[in-house]
Amino acid sequence: MGYLARQLAGPTDPAPDAGWTEAPERKGFFTDTSICIGCKACEVACKEWNALPLDGLSLSANSYDNTGGLGASTWRHVAFVEQSQDRIAQARESGRRLVELGMPGVGAPPARREAMPPAPVDGHGPDLRDMLAAANATTVEGTPVVGPLPDFRWLMASDVCKHCTHAGCLDVCPTGALFRSEHGTVVVQADVCNGCGYCVGACPFGVIERRSDSAVSVRGDGHVPDVGVAQKCTLCYDRLTDDQTPACAQTCPTTSIRFGTREEMVAIARERVAQLHQQGFTEARLYGANDDDGVGGTGSVFLLLDEPEVYGLPPDPVVPTAKLPEMFRTAGLAGVGLLGAAAVAFLGGRR
Amino acid sequence: MTTSPFDSYRPPEEGRRRRRPSVGSQATDAARDLARTGRTWLNRDGGGRREAPAVPDAEFTDYYGHPVIKPVPWKHEIPAYLFIGGVAAGSGLIAAGAAATDRPVLLRNSRYTAMTAVALSGAALVADLGRPERFLNMLRTVKLTSPMSVGTWILSGYAAFAGVTTAAEAARAVRLPRRGALATVQRTLEILDTPATVGQALFGPPLAAYTAVLLSDTVTPVWFESRSHLPFVFVASAAMASGGVQMVLGPTSETGPVRRFALLGVGTDLLAMHRLEQHLDGLDLREPLETGAAGRKLRLAKLLTVAGGVGTLVAGRSRTVSVVSGVALAAASALTRFGIVEAGIESAKDPRYTVAPQKRRLEERRRQGNVHDSIVTVR
Repeated sequence: MGYLARQLAGPTDPAPDAGWTEAPERKGFFTDTSICIGCKACEVACKEWNALPLDGLSLSANSYDNTGGLGASTWRHVAFVEQSQDRIAQARESGRRLVELGMPGVGAPPARREAMPPAPVDGHGPDLRDMLAAANATTVEGTPVVGPLPDFRWLMASDVCKHCTHAGCLDVCPTGALFRSEHGTVVVQADVCNGCGYCVGACPFGVIERRSDSAVSVRGDGHVPDVGVAQKCTLCYDRLTDDQTPACAQTCPTTSIRFGTREEMVAIARERVAQLHQQGFTEARLYGANDDDGVGGTGSVFLLLDEPEVYGLPPDPVVPTAKLPEMFRTAGLAGVGLLGAAAVAFLGGRR
Repeated sequence: MTTSPFDSYRPPEEGRRRRRPSVGSQATDAARDLARTGRTWLNRDGGGRREAPAVPDAEFTDYYGHPVIKPVPWKHEIPAYLFIGGVAAGSGLIAAGAAATDRPVLLRNSRYTAMTAVALSGAALVADLGRPERFLNMLRTVKLTSPMSVGTWILSGYAAFAGVTTAAEAARAVRLPRRGALATVQRTLEILDTPATVGQALFGPPLAAYTAVLLSDTVTPVWFESRSHLPFVFVASAAMASGGVQMVLGPTSETGPVRRFALLGVGTDLLAMHRLEQHLDGLDLREPLETGAAGRKLRLAKLLTVAGGVGTLVAGRSRTVSVVSGVALAAASALTRFGIVEAGIESAKDPRYTVAPQKRRLEERRRQGNVHDSIVTVR
């Protein structure tokens, strides 16, 4: 695909496209929500490392989620969803339907294809295959299910900026305050941002936000930095520069948040979802691993256990700038129409 | 130390925190017991009293009603700018027409209107910024992927031409001396007058149309989905507004073309708004345009458009009817801009408007067997 054609949509490597020569490999997160325990250590680590101000202190009564969502001063957010048995069954069924659709067939399937998990690491304990053999339930495909459906489950998922291949926020920024880093991530330069707020409306995931003056400082001198400036996760640009792991990934106690090259993250994610499906957990699905999606794939890949909208994620996000050529063409046509109308009005009529 | 059987699948941690053998063997024993009985937290099947879930079962597919996307943090300055910018854009065209057809009063009025409007536009934009002192950062780059950057340059170009034509008009009005530096300035302005008039007229349509792209190039459901219709609504609205203003300011003897211009605007506006509503109706996105404050504004706008249009049509040489119709048309344009902006922001606040159209188009693609472009994958 040509250089210009791949700037607004489709699969591409964003850092070289942004003009980086000899860019390091694209970095990203893989957030495996199936092993998230909802401890919110990622939220805390992010706040601490980035010295983010307080943005409210209240109880939401929405399960254990008192954070609400991502925002100018919240760059990691742990979602909590409480589900009953029928919802779990629906999630399992909707995931199974995805398989039936033959979705998505991108890339090579993961190497491991056997219907049962592999043998455990030597000396580490019992063989899971014995357990699976003992359980008598199977899915419609005949794959053994690990136990019957539980009565209840908690979905916990740590959400973060997706660092899209085609980032709406970055594309629409009129000042160049948002830029593509050499790691393929999207970062705000606070001193360049003029606070126009356009990026806020251009993010398909509702991540970036302008910091309001209601933010409360956590610093000794009471200063709130960058009020009126758009803010979001930088994928710890400062830590990456020194070959460090982002704060959230480093602190995650269950390795639910993993950090590495995007290629590696997608590979791990594919392997993991295949493993869960083999075990009968057909509700598992990946989010953002497909480079053909509406944002050209996301730098942060997620493994979800239900439809994305259940977690507050859009089911089919499209970066608005993908349609920009079409919009400018329509506007051009309308503009020519206006010029024509003026000409007709002045030159076409009688004096 | 946990005792889940799955611990047996945990790869050994390399290089740090080696397990002490005693604890390790205990865990292994406990895990082996569990494996033997086959009962774990995963396959236990009820029994005993459990706590009722804290949240009652509900068929929600959103996250506690939270919006999926964030609305743009824009206040009234932006719809006000859309309106004033429309007035400026149309006035530039009217000024060029007046210059070409020798209508001096209309020329003067439309030039001053354009300059005032473009100055107010700039003020509204600066006022809207989160950090107004950083306004000039907008001019540090030209970015074709950002309608706001493109628009800033369109507005700047338009303002530059409008400045020249306004200065030329003012210089004619004040009768400068025939000799000296001021006379040189006046002669220079006379030379620049025609090219600047043409420049202003050519920057007018982009100024009127780009604001539609500005709104559509966001994920705000109502604006994004209106992208094929909004530019036509906005240029029509600009023609109505600028025509209306000149109908108010100018004598009926010179505003005949302006009335025709406004009438073309009225027709296009009604048609384009109708098509926009039909289009959004098909996506179940019409509700934000019809409910709440936005709905009231858009209904009133339509009423005023029709009334102003009829008035313009029958005004003839009546100054009163012309003024009343002009005011109605300008008000209709302003209400349309406010209504569209507010409807968009409302549509961003409700996850329904974000999730439902996306799910529908996803299902549609899946029905057609097109599954390669979904963000959700299973492999």
